[in-house]
Amino acid sequence: MSARNRELVGLIPASLLVTAGFAGVFIQRANALSNISLTYGAIFLGLCLFAHIFVRLTLPQADPYMFPLVAVLASFGLVMIYRIDSTLARQQAQWFVLGLILFAATIVIFRDYRRLERYRYTIVLVSLGLMVLPRLPLIGYQANGAYLGVRIPGLFVFQPPEFAKIGLVIFLASYLRDTRQVLVIGARRFLGVTIPPIKQFGPVVVIWGLAMVILVVLSDIGSSLMFYGALLAMLYVATSRLSFVVVGLIAAAIGFWYLGTHIPHVHARVEAWLHPFDPKLYNATLGSYQIANSLFAQAAGGMFGQGFGQAVLSFPIGGATLLPFPQTDMIYAVITDELGLFGAAAVLLTYLIFIWRGFRTALLASDSFSKLLAVGLTAMFALQVFVIVGGVTRVIPLTGVTLPFISYGGSSIVANFVLLALLLLISDRARRPR
Amino acid sequence: MNAAIVRLFAVVVVLFGLLIGWTSRWTVFDASSLTNNPLNRRPLVDDLRIERGRILADDGQVLAESVPGPGATWGRTYPTGSLFAQPVGYLIAVEGRAAGLELSRAPALRGLQRGISSILGQLNQHRVGDDVYTTLDPQAQQVAAAQLAGRAGSVVALDPRTGAVEAMYSNPSYDDNDPDACSPSACSELNRATQAAYAPGSTFKIVTATAAIDSGMYTPNSIINGNSPILVSGVPLANDGNKDWGPQTLTTAMTYSINTIFAQVAEQLGRATMAEYMKRFGFYSKPPLDYPPEQIRASGVRSPETAKPLPPGSPDEDIGRIGIGEGGLEVTPLQMAMVAAAVANGGKLMTPHLTDRIVDSAGRTVETIKPSMYSQVMKPSTAAEVTQMMENVVEEGTGTAVELGGVSVAGKTGTASIGPAGSNLTQPSFVAFAPARNPSVAIDVTVDQTLGGFGGTIAAPIAKAVLQALLSGG
Repeated sequence: MSARNRELVGLIPASLLVTAGFAGVFIQRANALSNISLTYGAIFLGLCLFAHIFVRLTLPQADPYMFPLVAVLASFGLVMIYRIDSTLARQQAQWFVLGLILFAATIVIFRDYRRLERYRYTIVLVSLGLMVLPRLPLIGYQANGAYLGVRIPGLFVFQPPEFAKIGLVIFLASYLRDTRQVLVIGARRFLGVTIPPIKQFGPVVVIWGLAMVILVVLSDIGSSLMFYGALLAMLYVATSRLSFVVVGLIAAAIGFWYLGTHIPHVHARVEAWLHPFDPKLYNATLGSYQIANSLFAQAAGGMFGQGFGQAVLSFPIGGATLLPFPQTDMIYAVITDELGLFGAAAVLLTYLIFIWRGFRTALLASDSFSKLLAVGLTAMFALQVFVIVGGVTRVIPLTGVTLPFISYGGSSIVANFVLLALLLLISDRARRPR
Repeated sequence: MNAAIVRLFAVVVVLFGLLIGWTSRWTVFDASSLTNNPLNRRPLVDDLRIERGRILADDGQVLAESVPGPGATWGRTYPTGSLFAQPVGYLIAVEGRAAGLELSRAPALRGLQRGISSILGQLNQHRVGDDVYTTLDPQAQQVAAAQLAGRAGSVVALDPRTGAVEAMYSNPSYDDNDPDACSPSACSELNRATQAAYAPGSTFKIVTATAAIDSGMYTPNSIINGNSPILVSGVPLANDGNKDWGPQTLTTAMTYSINTIFAQVAEQLGRATMAEYMKRFGFYSKPPLDYPPEQIRASGVRSPETAKPLPPGSPDEDIGRIGIGEGGLEVTPLQMAMVAAAVANGGKLMTPHLTDRIVDSAGRTVETIKPSMYSQVMKPSTAAEVTQMMENVVEEGTGTAVELGGVSVAGKTGTASIGPAGSNLTQPSFVAFAPARNPSVAIDVTVDQTLGGFGGTIAAPIAKAVLQALLSGG
């Protein structure tokens, strides 16, 4: 079977999932199967088919599994959001359409994505500029003490980190392509470990500084961790020097420890992470209410979950919120509550397969820029999943990044479709017969 | 570069393993402690959304049922109010407070005792719990309430053959539709039948007599000197009216409740033997009733000096006074009803229970509570001899007030002196079972306090009325 036919077959589970999911939620709501669920399924399937034909025409050799995996995640996310708030689901569907349009546009405009290298300084400057926007007065949007977005009045909240992450990966891939040889030359071996000259640690210092600045200026632990981890991963792949990683991790540990104890908002998050059930923290504003209830919701799910639409999000008398931000930060907790450990593990596995296909694309790519770009995008994607799911499950302090393709959020959906487009472009080029 | 990419993927796999590990920690390993965390309000929501099953009397009368509340929630209403408030209890779901059967039978009432929910969940959102049929007899309950009117006290009646609790009333009661409206003077959530600590007084002589005969050290015809007063643990102990009975048989001592004889018997038996028989009757542990353990008290001995509970057979026990139901002995009415039930059932004490069966919303019986033996307290021959002694009490002794025309009753009165010496405050009680030769009811009636009232004059008539109700009702 050709790659594209495999992709087409792969879309079947996605469309079945979205139809079954909506049907489940509808039955739950109205005790009757509504034909709207079929309509939703059909529209979604139509969109996926359209995208598939587009990929078939433009990128015939691209990885056949990535797009269906994304379709599964997105359709699943749509069902979950619909279950939380049907208005949000309609908006999310619109973002999905816009995402597909940008997906197509990216493929058309950057057919030869290596042209991106020419604009690398523009890209990095725009990315860094975007990152600062949330801190600007009037337009800056603060959520839970972190500066996470820019409010476009009357329209939506735009989240710059979602786009900046792609820009920074493009820049670093291009920069490391040029300098990776230099970084390794001049290295000495000491006690069996290769130690590059001190001045070669420049890139590490720069990305470390970037992560710390994000933390200080935006108070955004999540993005900070995600960027730092992904850029460090690129540095490691570019140089194959473990010493970069070791030094990088030590530096990060020190930096995070210092800022974690000295920036009030970050410190509050760390405290809530360490003592979620301390009654004082639990009742404090920006305290541990969110993380504690995330764990309560997961406990309610158990092994198999309570079923679609069964999670309790607010108290039935008085309507007090039991799970804040269920459609964004906490969507993983809602999934675990309703589908249990097995459902949650299935979602994580879907992500893991996507990440595997991403790294496989990097393995197949023939030039360093393509390899580094694929590694960076995939690592960024993987860390984003880790940061939010890790936060919700209390592996690390909880911070507000989105669960890619599942969480509600226009910026996230659109940016991740651009990320997918770039990965497919790299993949198509790598798999093209030479 | 490729080797580094593969290693990087391995790191990602490890990180995701961590996520799955932590997810399973919350969903499986720590799930119950999280669910029980006092900060967690989710279980309350569950209680609000489930249409709990009903609680019913043995004749099908509804004692508790669910009524629709605001926003797809359910509330509870108790049609019989204070009459059954003590055994049935209440549920205030919003605050997560519950008592009585509402608490102890919550899993059945919520309908959650079977299986796990499927991955797609119950498609029917309307969750209905199971009905709990109790063993309680509304007529006997009503008679008990009417008889206790105006007096603090309790009535508890068991079927000695099965352990089924047929009546359990504690006065003052409270309206379980609104437990918070209860003011301490007018009403009480305290279930005297299971929670109150009484000095049993002479009703405890049944236990002493059982130990005496079953251990082989005495027979009903053993002669003991009934002079008064005698020194017990260095302190004089007198009979009622300081009467010198002279040498008497154990049977006569029981019939006329001769304190000095039973004190000597208990001292002869010793602390170890007495403790052994008390344990067999269920003292020193909470009766295994299907009722919240926090609403059940274990009967035992509390040191009169230090007010601390004494372990079974403790050398600090004044065993002579314990043998006549004093000396710091504290019992619940349920425990004394169990004493009567053990004798009535040929020495076999059955596990007491309030629930008869659990029936799901479709009418299928999910679970039937089968009678089970709690302990073999004594030999059947001992039980027959103690029964004969208790029959004499009713026929010619202190308990004649309970005589039912045509039905023989076995019983024992108790009149414990309470309050400061010379205050003439008494705490009358009566334990009995009937019919004596083929018992179907064992009962304890305890009244908190009277001015000079006796078990035979105050408690026995109450027992008589409840026994009549239960025996005539089948």
